[in-house]
Amino acid sequence: MALKLPIYLDNHATTKVDPKVLDAMLPYLTEVFGNAGSRNHSFGWSAQEGVERAREQVADLIGADPKEIVFTSGATESDNLAIFGVAHFYKEKGKHLVTQVTEHKAVLDACHALEKEGFEITWLPVDKEGMVNPADVRAAIRPDTILVSIMWANNEVGTIQDIAAIGAICREKGVFFHSDAVQGIGKLPFDVAKMNVDMVSISAHKMYGPKGIGALYVRRGRPRLRLEPTMFGGGQERGLRSGTHAVHQIVGLGAACAVAKEAMAAGEADRLRALRDRLWNGLQANLDELYLNGSWEHRLPGNLNVSLAFCEGEAMMMAIKELAVSSGSACTSASLEPSYVLRAMGVDVELAHTSIRFGIGRFTTEEEVDFAIQLVTEKVRWLREMSPLYEMVKEGIDIKSIEWAAH
Amino acid sequence: MAYSNKVIDHYEHPRNVGSLDKNAEDVGTGLVGAPACGDVMKLQLRINDDGIIEDAKFKTFGCGSAIASSSLVTEMVKGKTVEYALSINNSIIAEELKLPPVKIHCSVLAEDAIKAAIADFKKKKASRAAATAE
Repeated sequence: MALKLPIYLDNHATTKVDPKVLDAMLPYLTEVFGNAGSRNHSFGWSAQEGVERAREQVADLIGADPKEIVFTSGATESDNLAIFGVAHFYKEKGKHLVTQVTEHKAVLDACHALEKEGFEITWLPVDKEGMVNPADVRAAIRPDTILVSIMWANNEVGTIQDIAAIGAICREKGVFFHSDAVQGIGKLPFDVAKMNVDMVSISAHKMYGPKGIGALYVRRGRPRLRLEPTMFGGGQERGLRSGTHAVHQIVGLGAACAVAKEAMAAGEADRLRALRDRLWNGLQANLDELYLNGSWEHRLPGNLNVSLAFCEGEAMMMAIKELAVSSGSACTSASLEPSYVLRAMGVDVELAHTSIRFGIGRFTTEEEVDFAIQLVTEKVRWLREMSPLYEMVKEGIDIKSIEWAAH
Repeated sequence: MAYSNKVIDHYEHPRNVGSLDKNAEDVGTGLVGAPACGDVMKLQLRINDDGIIEDAKFKTFGCGSAIASSSLVTEMVKGKTVEYALSINNSIIAEELKLPPVKIHCSVLAEDAIKAAIADFKKKKASRAAATAE
């Protein structure tokens, strides 16, 4: 079968809606179009049934009770609701939060906004693989700490944090614990009880569901966790998230969770891991001077983030335009700074400029991976032929010994 | 990044990629930029006794517009006088390639590369003249 180009290898940015998910959603745009809040006619009841079934499906995927699931517009809102929700409700108790430097911007910038309100944030570092040391979390917790927020899997390098251990420390210290788990949920097993989490952010479009819908798991039971809402209005979602339910989107999230559960049971993670290993081994067999970013052991199955030394990231992406990937190069960002995640891990700024992230997903095939290996190999060689740095290294010149004029 | 067709053309079919003998007396080499900033250009010019640039070669590490800017200047200076080459400024390059504002620094780098290569050539010539005088 002929390959269809371009090939999508950016499954950390977003994923294609699974056909089974779409099938589940469509009736909720046509026949079952009611407002789930309409309590007095069948249109409303049917819509509500859809919402409640989806709530069960989300809860089932993470071992939660359906009452613990709050629907939101996506992970950004879930992160904001968790962070502002705790901070504003418990501000009399304390004004200190703990997070870490490679979090998604939705967490980082929410924390920066809290700093402006007078809260104090401890920004924990990561090691060269992007891992947070749980002992650092323990050391950072103070009597006035009200929340720890640490992501599960990183969106750039796929590093998976030891959430269970960090959660256990938070439990012991009596501090609430939130985890942005969007990159890992639906890809790897996640059980809220085993992970010792109080809040978890979930996004549908990272797991083959539609964009614009997510959820926040909010633990019930003791010690009681309460949140100050960030959205006010009709009092939906037990007052935590006002706004008419986006029924078709919610149904899509639920279906995505159900499909993900089946896929996990059928060994999807192993299949993705095998494709990822095939890509990495294939590139390494053909090329020298490749540097893996992140941890090999604690890594999302579909993630390969690699620095292709001497090939600037944006130029690389132009050269491999048949592949949709992303880069941590400065030239792909508006800020002209390379990836803050790679920098925080201590990756050389030169190498950060050459990083490419491959995101393998449910619909990626072996043929596509083989095509990617061939194309990347060819274009790395082409760009290196054009690179003065590669030429200098081959002549035995130490690039670091040169006094470059920064510009 | 939305680039003009001209940038894409120069990027996909770069002109005059390669190296000249950096030790040759008639070759000036300019190496500008920094790996940490994500772009390094090496421009080499072979200049004859009449001050005509007979050949130009480049190698560039950098984004698409950095490669396109260096490719363009090799075309612009080949067969031209040193004086003309020195008159090329970044806005001419940026305009020719219709570079987006965030990529203007690539054209600045290309202008710097021309000036650095000619400065290197002149330095070589001056030290040769000094050696002959002795």
